[in-house]
Amino acid sequence: MIEVKKLVKRFGLKTVLRGVDFHVTPGEFVVLLGPNGAGKTTFLRILSSLSRPSMGQVKVAGYILPGQSAAVRQRLGVVSHMPLLYGDLSAEENLQFYGRMYNISGLNERISAVLDLVGLSARRYDMVRTFSRGMQQRLAIGRAVLHNPEVMLFDEPYTGLDQDASEMLDDVLKNVAAAGRTVVMTSHDLARAEELGTRFDILSRGVIAATSTRAELGSGNLLTFYKQALAG
Amino acid sequence: MVEIIEQKERPASNYLRAVTAIAWKDLAAELRSRELLSAMLVFSLLVILIFYFALELDVKARNSITAGALWVTFAFAGTLGLNRSMAVEKDRGCLDGLLLAPVDRSAIFFGKAISNLIFMLIIEAIVLPVYSVMYNINLFNLGLIGVTLLGSVGYIAVGTLLAAMSVQTRTRDVLLPILLFPLVIPVLVAAVKASSGFLLGLDMSEILPWLNILIVYDLIFIAVAFMVFDYVVEE
Repeated sequence: MIEVKKLVKRFGLKTVLRGVDFHVTPGEFVVLLGPNGAGKTTFLRILSSLSRPSMGQVKVAGYILPGQSAAVRQRLGVVSHMPLLYGDLSAEENLQFYGRMYNISGLNERISAVLDLVGLSARRYDMVRTFSRGMQQRLAIGRAVLHNPEVMLFDEPYTGLDQDASEMLDDVLKNVAAAGRTVVMTSHDLARAEELGTRFDILSRGVIAATSTRAELGSGNLLTFYKQALAG
Repeated sequence: MVEIIEQKERPASNYLRAVTAIAWKDLAAELRSRELLSAMLVFSLLVILIFYFALELDVKARNSITAGALWVTFAFAGTLGLNRSMAVEKDRGCLDGLLLAPVDRSAIFFGKAISNLIFMLIIEAIVLPVYSVMYNINLFNLGLIGVTLLGSVGYIAVGTLLAAMSVQTRTRDVLLPILLFPLVIPVLVAAVKASSGFLLGLDMSEILPWLNILIVYDLIFIAVAFMVFDYVVEE
């Protein structure tokens, strides 16, 4: 579903990604871990066609980036720590806007289904600026799944959420993954990563330093695996 | 399993739908907040008020400076609007939301340009009668309205492109006017000359060259924006 070979990304003289090889099969939930500045966000921005690779090959859902970026974007849902929502529009209006951008047929029914999924049906007509951070993040997930994408990218979606909001987001993420989507998520929260992920990749110093599936790793060993990968 | 919702295979209508969706979204959001229009309007009224008190002009002098005063007002107010319009997209990460949509990215340019143009035309529609009353000059002239429209299109085409560029920087508020004003000198000069021509009742043969410059400028910069917008907004 995602194939990345020898990916390099430079910003001027600074090289952020130094030859990343990354492969995700359909239905996998990959959690990308790594310290601040490791290049996780840059990597996800390249996968989502928001940034051009300097070198290397990137293929998402069978389409090559950046050449076939519109086809990739049709099959991709992205959630970052920013909500990507308009505060002066209601939840419904935000989804209507994005639905029109994706040219979704049966939009009203789809919006109702998505608002149910993220538990915001009761706030359908309220302005997004009146939402708490957690509600905005749930609506952001609703926006990202509106066009029913095959692949979902989450860039630190728990940033700024309190405990209750994080637990609600857990449920939404589990629903998203249970629908058979391929998910790549970056996170600093190892406990949550271990609970949600089926595979764990450690990005360090611009390369994938280690990778392991949940089955290989066993329960409760992610922190040790993470520390060993960074030390190595 | 995930069932893919495909786009209908009508690229032209998809493109148009995206353009109108962006313009509609901007207008709906502005209708609620009125942040952008109120800032542009207050600024414009203050500028013409300052001109009024600073330049105590006789009737003849008023006629000759009106076009310049109006276009200075429109240009400065327009910069405020352009900055605000793109800042709204950047501040909550919404620009990424637009860039993630599966449409040609020039649709984002046209959507934003249409809403920016509508905001500017609303301000002009208010400022022109106010100026007309304050200075006791008849500005209800079809030629002047045509020039205002052509000049605004050129100004907004360049301004929207540069606002998309400058919004990526930390110094966006300062950078936009520094980039924009040198590039819009041709459109401002042509608009002032053509507006003056209509207000002073000059022969059409004297006004036509300025109108031609405005039309060519509009077409060139709309075409340039269409071609380069994708590169301007991508990292």
